[in-house]
Amino acid sequence: MSEQTQARVPPSPTPDPSTRVFWDAAREGKLLIGRNTKTGKVHYPPRPICPFDDEGEVEYVPASGQGTIYTYSVMRAKQPYVIAYVELAEGPRIMSNIVDCDFEALKVGQPVRLTFVTSEGGQPIPMFTPA
Amino acid sequence: MSIRGKACIAGSYEHPTRKAEDKSTAQLHAEVALGALRDAGLTRADVDGYFCAGDAPGMGPLSMADYIGLDRLRHVDATDIGGSSYLLHVGHAAEAIALGKCNVALITLAGRPRSEGMATGTAPRAGNPNQPDVQFEYPYGAAVANMYAMCAKRHMHEFGTTSEQLAWIKVAASHHAQHNEHAMLRKVVTVEDVVNSPLVADPLHRLDCCVISDGGGALVVTRPEIARSLKRPVVSVRGAGEAVKHQMGGQLDLTYTGARFSGARAFEEAGVRPSDIKYASIYDSFTITVLLQLEDLGFCEKGQGGRFVADGNLISGTGKLPFNTDGGGLCNNHPANRGGITKVIEAVRQLRGEAHPAVQVKNCDLALAHGTGGSLGTRHGSATLVLERE
Repeated sequence: MSEQTQARVPPSPTPDPSTRVFWDAAREGKLLIGRNTKTGKVHYPPRPICPFDDEGEVEYVPASGQGTIYTYSVMRAKQPYVIAYVELAEGPRIMSNIVDCDFEALKVGQPVRLTFVTSEGGQPIPMFTPA
Repeated sequence: MSIRGKACIAGSYEHPTRKAEDKSTAQLHAEVALGALRDAGLTRADVDGYFCAGDAPGMGPLSMADYIGLDRLRHVDATDIGGSSYLLHVGHAAEAIALGKCNVALITLAGRPRSEGMATGTAPRAGNPNQPDVQFEYPYGAAVANMYAMCAKRHMHEFGTTSEQLAWIKVAASHHAQHNEHAMLRKVVTVEDVVNSPLVADPLHRLDCCVISDGGGALVVTRPEIARSLKRPVVSVRGAGEAVKHQMGGQLDLTYTGARFSGARAFEEAGVRPSDIKYASIYDSFTITVLLQLEDLGFCEKGQGGRFVADGNLISGTGKLPFNTDGGGLCNNHPANRGGITKVIEAVRQLRGEAHPAVQVKNCDLALAHGTGGSLGTRHGSATLVLERE
């Protein structure tokens, strides 16, 4: 049986002063991650203070959009959807949805690529689909 | 500096209700408070320390102290790490007692999510937008059940764990719950019953989940001299450990929990090993919660949890590690969506020899109680206690 996730329209996030740039970038088709300018270490969700190192500034840089499924679950709701942690090519494992896919064919380790789904309030939300 | 032997659990009480349509949350807190004090042989006038967490309505202990009528408090603590808060509170109460900050500490938990019709596990919660993670999780439909489901899926991928192995955890809980007159689910279930129940969030089925119940519980922690002066068997706090685990900027690993750290700390303080434990209360919001924690506490090796729990190994009387002999959150109750305090309460029953005769562990002189709070899939608190009968 093939099921699709398009039916679910995600609720909108509430940006804060430190994340507005992240959600604005999503409108341009970009997924931003945090990068320490001194150590080069990247993190997600992006924040102005590096979670790893006391030194260095954080800059927000676009991820390549390539990744693999670290784990996932099909939520058997009225409008079923797939929630997942995607391991980005850059390293961080990030919470997302897998959309435009056959639920039953998904696998841990499967390559996925970045896509966007528009929220109830018109905000593009970064998500992933089988590559 | 250690809390080992510095404090005892002198009073313990579990509210018998599982659906409290005609009681308020504050009322449940007061009822369990008086229940635990009565069990100890103490009164409100003896209480000089009070501990509560996020289920207590109002500003931490302020509303509760006012409502219950606690007017001699000189030490309060409202640390909230979700369902594990109350195990942490026992450790913190022992610290406060060891330092002379209080003599008689009361810990309460109560709530009525069942009467309030809460879809605890399946409804994504918007939360406070100032909570930094909310905007990166709420749009994706993060709910309690699918967060734990993702832990289970990864464990299956890495270690070959099966749904049938997870089901054995529910089966064991149901074997115990049949003897508990207050348990919500008293019917003994089979592995087939669990894996054939509807999927909630793959790979977790309906019967992999805990119940949603009203109710509550309370504990009284005292100086050892006070506990020994009372009429109840003396249960000593031998070791306590706590930990916090989170996504660490994306360096997430869902194959282990904070129990790896809180357990090691509690065992070290207690000076015992997992193999010394006669009975274990293990937080059981979902079957996978139990499996991960058993591995992380050291009852079996990482990845071997599936084999460890299979074939009734957690059933009292037949298995090697009797667990949650009250039926646990999986079958008995999960008051306020927080199963921490009932984990301690059943461990105290076992150590006192007051568990149901059908599930009482023989010569139970050393027990472990472990709790997890928040979500294993994102951020969680972890608290472990090693308790001993004097």
